[in-house]
Amino acid sequence: MTSFLTQYMPNVVQLGWTGDTGWGTSIVQTLYMTFWPAIFGGILGLIFGVILVITKPGGILANGFWFGLCDKVVSVFRAIPFIILLAFIAPFTQLLVGTQIGMTAALVPLSLGVFPFFARQVQVALESVDSGKVEAAQALGATNTDIIFDVYLREARSELVRVSTVTLISLIGLTAMAGAIGAGGLGNTAISYGYNRFNNDVTLVATILVLLLVLIVQLVGDWLAKRLNHQAR
Amino acid sequence: MADVISLDHIDVTFPQKKGDPVRAVSDVNLHVEKGDIYGVVGYSGAGKSTLVRTINLLQKPSEGTVTVSGTVLFKDHTQQVSNAELQEKRRNIGMIFQHFNLLNETTVVDNVLFALKHAKLKDKEAQEKAMNLLELVGLKDKAQAFPVQLSGGEQQRVAIARALANDPEILISDEATSALDPRTTNQILDLLRDLNKKLGLTIVLITHEMDAVKRVANKIAVMQHGVIIEQGSLRDIYLRPKQELTRQFVGGSLAAIETLRAFNLGTLDENERLYQLVFSAKTVTKSIILELYRQSGVDVSMLYGNIEVLGDEPVGTLFVIVTGDHQQQDSALQFLKDSQVEVTQINDRGIWND
Repeated sequence: MTSFLTQYMPNVVQLGWTGDTGWGTSIVQTLYMTFWPAIFGGILGLIFGVILVITKPGGILANGFWFGLCDKVVSVFRAIPFIILLAFIAPFTQLLVGTQIGMTAALVPLSLGVFPFFARQVQVALESVDSGKVEAAQALGATNTDIIFDVYLREARSELVRVSTVTLISLIGLTAMAGAIGAGGLGNTAISYGYNRFNNDVTLVATILVLLLVLIVQLVGDWLAKRLNHQAR
Repeated sequence: MADVISLDHIDVTFPQKKGDPVRAVSDVNLHVEKGDIYGVVGYSGAGKSTLVRTINLLQKPSEGTVTVSGTVLFKDHTQQVSNAELQEKRRNIGMIFQHFNLLNETTVVDNVLFALKHAKLKDKEAQEKAMNLLELVGLKDKAQAFPVQLSGGEQQRVAIARALANDPEILISDEATSALDPRTTNQILDLLRDLNKKLGLTIVLITHEMDAVKRVANKIAVMQHGVIIEQGSLRDIYLRPKQELTRQFVGGSLAAIETLRAFNLGTLDENERLYQLVFSAKTVTKSIILELYRQSGVDVSMLYGNIEVLGDEPVGTLFVIVTGDHQQQDSALQFLKDSQVEVTQINDRGIWND
């Protein structure tokens, strides 16, 4: 195996496993840049998604102002291309985490980049909950909190897992661009050490590793979504 | 007896983006007494669903007053109780739906427990109560199943158990049997009637199926174009429908009309009279027709006969032409009245014009 790699992929081996350029390092960086934005962006997206559904006209807390505000925030952030967002919010990033470059600095734009996408997905998932169920809960004297947690979020949980999978995969895609602000990761390896140095073997291995990561996320997501689904379909 | 539900001068208007607003319910009064099973019938779009949803304010009326168990919930365009009080009040008004609307991602027993969330019971007590309710609807053994694993009838039973969780005084059934097959429909209706008797539950039953109402209701209201066109006791409405639509709904009478029209009622002779006879098959055991001949000497020819079961009571309807002189006719009429038969004379101009 090692001799095969040394013979056909010398540049891959040369990067090593640990160290600044190592494969292990970039894998950990990609996972780090996927995990935390998934948490932050996920929570923010979930909150916005829920607000959009409950404040929409006819929603349980219909409110034109909040609906309009959240809707516009989500639309505007979704419209900004991620690579521009990176640069655009740099001062804000500086304020928040004390630096504009590196892996930690990338968490801020990644979280902000993924949340509007997720918010829309959550909105669609929650709207798939039959309004009759919401009405039945109201007729039972349920509070709005009950309806949000026990009806919307619980009934849509399988759908929420599915859209989370999609979001996570698109987030992995975004981390590749974070290399632009020196955040490292597999995307950076593919571009900086592969493409820029004409080391196609490095690009190939980096791509395969990203694909593997996406595949794992997809498989786990599908399995979980199926397991949580008790709807008639 | 005091009204459990009073809807007074209820109007529900839906504004449209384009054109005139749609008036789904106009100036409707509905009074339901304790222990009633009140059927509200009409075709889809008649406004019956919209009307009953004003009872628990799932639909806020544009005009009118809503009073439930003595509390004014809505009056002068405003909700008269706080949202928290309304939630409390809604727990006193169970509601079941055409599509059951169960929570599919929780088990059957958890669906019932969801309704008990604010019941201030200890976990164990709530669990016990939920199981008792499931036993009441005959589904104790399905407690741990998910709704999707149950048949439609079973799902509706779960919905009933859930609606009854907070011991409501009132149960609203919004087309609850319309998605079920006839046999299951009857089982659910019988369950509702049992609950009405056992728990003294007041039920408002919305349906487009006259058979459902005939089986369980004691009073009915017929709706068309957002207006109640006829209301009263089931027996009265069923046996003597005044409105054309009501006649369409009460199938038995419609058949009678069709049959009688074929007889060309314009040619009744001087000594002939056409009667509709309505009698309870429980109280009238004698052969009326035979006795009528024996007592008064009149000829009786039967045009149409039918027996319907209204509530628990088998009710017979006969359309007969009685032939005889003036004195015989009077004696025949007296005999019928003495025999607890409700007699309606029908003249040649129409079938019902009382």
